[in-house]
Amino acid sequence: MAFKTDYARVHGLGSAHEGAGHWWGQRLSSIALILLTPLFVIPFGRALGNGHEALVATYSGWGHAFVAVAFILVACWHLGQGLQVVIEDYVPQKGLRTGLLVANTLVAWALAAAGVLAVATILFRG
Amino acid sequence: MADVNRGNRPLSPHLQIYRLPMTAKLSILHRITGAGMTLGALLVVWRLVAGAVSPEASATADAWITSWLGNLVMLGCLWALMYHALNGMRHLWWDIGRGFDLQFTEKANYAVLGGSVVLTLLVVILIR
Repeated sequence: MAFKTDYARVHGLGSAHEGAGHWWGQRLSSIALILLTPLFVIPFGRALGNGHEALVATYSGWGHAFVAVAFILVACWHLGQGLQVVIEDYVPQKGLRTGLLVANTLVAWALAAAGVLAVATILFRG
Repeated sequence: MADVNRGNRPLSPHLQIYRLPMTAKLSILHRITGAGMTLGALLVVWRLVAGAVSPEASATADAWITSWLGNLVMLGCLWALMYHALNGMRHLWWDIGRGFDLQFTEKANYAVLGGSVVLTLLVVILIR
């Protein structure tokens, strides 16, 4: 145990420099996904394998499109959070670890942006 | 008295020969299913983006994702999703400080595994 004052231990929000923010965010996104997952999976699965028309028919309505956008945003956020922990746990080399963490976050948000833009395009083109 | 129980006491885990309890294995499976679903996420976004790009790209993506290999991957991801969701709810239950006694944990192990198979079949039936 290092000789530290209580203040020094929490200064800068602890060793991860973000306090409980990441932990809390993971719980928040998982609670949202309990509801969003069935709402997204069923219509998406129904359209799967039935061609382009079935996909357009599903996402040219506000309801399914809204659920899809919400699911994609929260799922990509959750995926990024989860893979971040995996990288932090298994990649000790500092440079590689930082690089992977940066790439992970960027890819997660890029995936979210692509998915949201795709659903929006299908919705507004009709 | 001190040595009465000698030889019959629980040992601390000896990591190379320690048999992980089922709860620990399922905890590792939670991580594997979570990381593995990255592939499913890419396929889902591919299908949506292809649908926005052109009808031809849309048909191609749909055909690939519902080929025998695609179906196998998607079925695996669906089971992973159901398992991860059910086990995730158990993790949330643990997070609020409940469900730590062994009786609950062992029952929940089988409930989560069985439930994930049942939910997977249910979704497959619902979307066919």
